[in-house]
Amino acid sequence: MASLDRIKVLVLGDSGVGKSSLVHLLCQNQVLGNPSWTVGCSVDVRVHDYKEGTPEEKTFYIELWDVGGSVGSASSVKSTRAVFYSSVNGIILVHDLTNKKSSQNLYRWSLEALNKDSSPTGVIVTNGDYDREKFAENPVPLLMIGTKFDQIPENKRNDVLTRTAFLSEDFNAEEINLDCTNPRYLAAGSSNAVKLSRFFDKVIEKRYFTKEPNQMTGFTDRKRFNFKNLHYD
Amino acid sequence: EECLSPTCSFCTPQVLFFGFGWLFFMRQLFKDYEVRHYIVQVVFSVTFAFSCTMFELIIFEILGALSSTSRYFHWKLNLYVILLVLIFVVPFYIGYFVVSNIRLLQRQKLLFACVVWFTFMYFFWKLGDPFPILSPKHGILSIEQLISRVGVIGVTLMALLSGFGAVNCPYTYMSYFLRNVTDSDILALERRLLQTMDMIVSKKKRIAMTRRQMYQRGEDQSKQTGIWGMIRSVTSPPPNSENLSLIQQEVDALEELSRQLFLETVDLQATKERIEYSKTFQGKYFNVLGYFFSIYCVWKIFMVKFWSQHISFILVGIIIVTSIRGLLITLTKFFYAISSSKSSNVIVLVLAQIMGMYFVSSVLLMRMSMPLEYRTIVTEVLGELQFNFYHRWFDVIFLVSALSSILFLYLAHKQAPEKHMTM
Repeated sequence: MASLDRIKVLVLGDSGVGKSSLVHLLCQNQVLGNPSWTVGCSVDVRVHDYKEGTPEEKTFYIELWDVGGSVGSASSVKSTRAVFYSSVNGIILVHDLTNKKSSQNLYRWSLEALNKDSSPTGVIVTNGDYDREKFAENPVPLLMIGTKFDQIPENKRNDVLTRTAFLSEDFNAEEINLDCTNPRYLAAGSSNAVKLSRFFDKVIEKRYFTKEPNQMTGFTDRKRFNFKNLHYD
Repeated sequence: EECLSPTCSFCTPQVLFFGFGWLFFMRQLFKDYEVRHYIVQVVFSVTFAFSCTMFELIIFEILGALSSTSRYFHWKLNLYVILLVLIFVVPFYIGYFVVSNIRLLQRQKLLFACVVWFTFMYFFWKLGDPFPILSPKHGILSIEQLISRVGVIGVTLMALLSGFGAVNCPYTYMSYFLRNVTDSDILALERRLLQTMDMIVSKKKRIAMTRRQMYQRGEDQSKQTGIWGMIRSVTSPPPNSENLSLIQQEVDALEELSRQLFLETVDLQATKERIEYSKTFQGKYFNVLGYFFSIYCVWKIFMVKFWSQHISFILVGIIIVTSIRGLLITLTKFFYAISSSKSSNVIVLVLAQIMGMYFVSSVLLMRMSMPLEYRTIVTEVLGELQFNFYHRWFDVIFLVSALSSILFLYLAHKQAPEKHMTM
């Protein structure tokens, strides 16, 4: 496998929202039996059929990088985490539907990851403020996933869904709400599965079929990148 | 009438303390979490408020503010409230929230919380047996029974924390101990980390590819059902699946390595930040302070008697301020390190418990540092406890804690440079 054939999608969100369970569900099509604390970053691979069902169908391996931690971590942890944010092709933002703070923290997560993106066209303003226009121009596809859908009390369901709809508009992203312990939310043919497939297709398109700066190594992080072309088997 | 205006003068600062505790909770401890149970915030703030009031009372005592009867009244009142909070309210809520997290016990939350509380009370009471803290003339329902036990727990905690702090504080701030970390050290570690991640990725891709091929060829393990399937899988396992489990083992080992590398990198980054901080003005100030403080700690470790009561009193004031600040900072760091959205409530309540016991024992121990004429009120209020026991107990635990910390930090300091030299 040539090293240039890599598709990297970050999975970000507060600790405890269910990123590890989600990644396991997306990659192994199974429910994760014993979730435990993620230290550093855990990677898994999803086999994705691009343009499934059409003559142009092709199989890709998408790397899902599940970065652990919280937005309030010490700056030494944040600096170390930044190592994982280089040359990202897509971001999945995960939040807990029963915890409003985790949804609000997604702004900070996305800024943390996108500021580190080495694209020379300068994707997001680095002064730390949220700017809707910049998110609209952002070339990195985003997907928002809300977890613990089954734990929302019936009477609060509408409020929560309205809130998350606004949030996904802000990010200019699609949203999926599910429960990571139940695979039926992503059953083949369901609207969630279609959205997921579309997201990955979009990531692949941006990666291969359009001239994108984030395909090339950035200027600021060049020191880190010299070894990236080595490939180990 | 005589009691009204002093009561007001106590209420105002108490409200301020409560407000400070509330804000600290919201802005610092819980800034990344959602507060769903306001009772936790209230309990924390109340504990903080009444704990701070005790220090305030000591200062009033020394300054001679207000009449001695009103001071005595407020001492007693404050003490009863704090004991009520520390022995009934906080432990009960800790039990309640722990039980809430366990799925099996959800149905009868209150019942199980009471069970937990009674267990706590049993052990709490038993604590009085091995320690010579009471004189036999105390009745079983006297306040001395409760304070003495709270005192033992609190003093042990204080001594452990002080011993560790006495050693760790100079170690952290004094640049003499800061390992030399360069940017290239960090970059090299980061490079290794990313290389490890790349290896994990390529192995996982191979696993995924092999699994897919197996599935397409119908060799998937899950399709081996029935007796024939079992026999087939035992006698001639498909070569791919053996290969797979080998690769999976390699992946597990690499993942463990990646975690270690991540933690080492964080450690180096933190050291680099400390080095940068030590070059700033604030850093230099704390460095000098660190030298003075370490001399003071060494002095304390060797238990030199204070040759002036009044110098020791000034130190009491400094100790109060720095220990509140130090405690809050330590609690915050500890909280960030171990909490999650599930356990945050329990942890905050445990911190409130520790904080309350810490402050109560501070009062007990401070008696030693206070000039003679002010000791009487503390003795009067807290009853006839065996104060000497507490002082000796504190010194013993302090010494043990300080020496273990020195050993621990020495080993950690020694080990770290060697790890990086093998790169």
